[in-house]
Amino acid sequence: MDIHEYQAKEILARFGVAVPQGGLAYSPEQAAYRARELGGDRWIVKAQVHAGGRGKAGGVKLCNSEHEIQDATNEMFGRKLVTHQTGPEGKGIYRVYVENAVDFGREIYLGFVLDRTTQRVMIVASSEGGMEIEEISETRPDSIVRSTVEPAVGLQEFQAREISYALKIPPALTQQMVRTLTGCYRAFRELDATMVEINPLVITADNRILALDAKMTFDNNALFRHPQISELRDKSQEDPREARAADRGLAYIGLTGNIGCIVNGAGLAMATMDTIKLAGGEPANFLDIGGGATPERVAKAFRLVMSDENVQAILVNIFAGINRCDWVAEGVVQALTANPVDVPVIVRLAGTNVEAGQKILANSGLPILRAGSLMEAAERAVTAWKNDQKQNTKMRAI
Amino acid sequence: MSIFLDRQSRVVVQGITGRMAQFHTKEMLDYGTNVVAGVVPGKGGETVFGVPVFDTVKQAVEATGADASLVFVPPPFAADSIMEAADGGIRYCVCITDGIPAQDMIRVKRYMMRYPRERRMVLTGPNCAGTISPGKALLGIMPGHIYLPGHVGIVGRSGTLGYEAAQQLMDRGIGVSTSVGIGGDPINGSSFRDILERFEADPETHIVCMIGEIGGPQEAEAAAYIQEHMTKPVIAYIAGLTAPKGRTMGHAGAIISAFGESASEKVEILTAAGVTVAENPSVIGETVARVMGRKAA
Repeated sequence: MDIHEYQAKEILARFGVAVPQGGLAYSPEQAAYRARELGGDRWIVKAQVHAGGRGKAGGVKLCNSEHEIQDATNEMFGRKLVTHQTGPEGKGIYRVYVENAVDFGREIYLGFVLDRTTQRVMIVASSEGGMEIEEISETRPDSIVRSTVEPAVGLQEFQAREISYALKIPPALTQQMVRTLTGCYRAFRELDATMVEINPLVITADNRILALDAKMTFDNNALFRHPQISELRDKSQEDPREARAADRGLAYIGLTGNIGCIVNGAGLAMATMDTIKLAGGEPANFLDIGGGATPERVAKAFRLVMSDENVQAILVNIFAGINRCDWVAEGVVQALTANPVDVPVIVRLAGTNVEAGQKILANSGLPILRAGSLMEAAERAVTAWKNDQKQNTKMRAI
Repeated sequence: MSIFLDRQSRVVVQGITGRMAQFHTKEMLDYGTNVVAGVVPGKGGETVFGVPVFDTVKQAVEATGADASLVFVPPPFAADSIMEAADGGIRYCVCITDGIPAQDMIRVKRYMMRYPRERRMVLTGPNCAGTISPGKALLGIMPGHIYLPGHVGIVGRSGTLGYEAAQQLMDRGIGVSTSVGIGGDPINGSSFRDILERFEADPETHIVCMIGEIGGPQEAEAAAYIQEHMTKPVIAYIAGLTAPKGRTMGHAGAIISAFGESASEKVEILTAAGVTVAENPSVIGETVARVMGRKAA
């Protein structure tokens, strides 16, 4: 789960990381008021969206007066911010964060991640802050410092000092740097984060270490023990269909194709999408209804997939292991009887009692196309979709 | 003995009184697995399908000589249960639980390191379908009847995609020595490489079928091991060619976040290591048969 920059800064500040003074606003008037509260004569106004690359996309503005703040935020509120991380649909701006502008010298990159090779928390730092880490690792790989944390004892001060020296932080600031690093690690560890990123971490003109930006991602599997983190979820930043599916225990990801997929198991769901592509089509979604594939889940899945108006055919691929195919087939028939769909439906069943399942589909009187193998199912789905398209074009021509 | 299990393996089911655990305990017993004990704190003295339940793993091991464990415990308590198994004298543990916090798994892996290698428990999973040595023992939730006994070793992350492969092999009359699910989580007990080492040393396994997916470095590590150390042929399938970058595809670990983690990059790395890669999931069985035929000829 992602959170906003201002939320990440509030959390990290509690763990001893220094951040600029700031205030949250839900309207241009409030933004101007926040600036007055903060005092000073230069402010940074930052759109709060769950994506990086805001600066280049116009989501971060330097303002020299309350008037400028009103103008800048008027532009932001209600707009979709499109950055290279949001996809073409962008993310809505409903909150802005106003901070005092800070004069600074050096910019540092600081990231904490779950490293899958060492299976530990890894600190990645670079003296080349301001750029994204992908860019740094391409252009200045020599500037990257890495350190893994021994999970039994946590981040030790000597490790933090080593990082500080490797980044050539002025010796007078070593202790501040150690406090920043250990604070981030404790936040990561105690709150079950999967990522903490400060980019840039700066050395200010008056010689302080300050986190100018902050990003935190949390482990969904651990939210049960962090209700105060769960509260920070912002559904306005999520794809509404994906959020709805997640609330119903289905793993759904919307894509741009026309063939909807309903599959049990994540690996098989990915394999099904790949097979559609090989057969010359494009999948409309990833959808894992779980290993069990109960009739209720099948019904929910049909409603979810059909809520995507680009869907012109649906491929159902269920491997019934412990469940039997006849039972899954009943579920499909029930779902389609209760919620008829106006696109071709191709069903491929495999596993236990496959013949009985096929018979139920065939005798249902519903226009269900059946397939034996996954490749055959994908080919039939692509053919059905193309025929449907031809018909539609013909009808439009008439 | 197959790589982890045998007809003699003595199995304890942790969390045996749960609804799903009871269902699968019955399936395992019907398959002929030697389930000797269950463990649920506070329920010692009860029985499930005639299997005695104990309060702790140590009690279960002491009373029954259990040496393998299946963890069916809900996510908040699963890590604790795995560590209890490691400390209680269990040699091989499969964790089915989906949804264990990643940092809990980091702690589990660190905890297991405190035992010297010869006494260290082997863990596969979490978030997997389990392990089966057909005709001998089933430690997991897979349907036993789609596996014939034979000489193909299967290792994969995904449950149903693994069933797909097993079914295709059975349709061709090809049997399996052992099928191991390593699970879809980012931090897991055993990697592809760990299981490949076992298959390479296992006289019952003649060929290996590896089913990977996007995300993480373990397929690439496996490729390096195969190239340098494996004498047995390996065929592979990698799911997720159409998966977008930066999105988690169902499995917590199935996310492309670094170079070498996309399906096409993994296919490339494996192919370069001499692995025969099946182009689509419908031809996994066919590809194994072809490579076996070539090996026989």
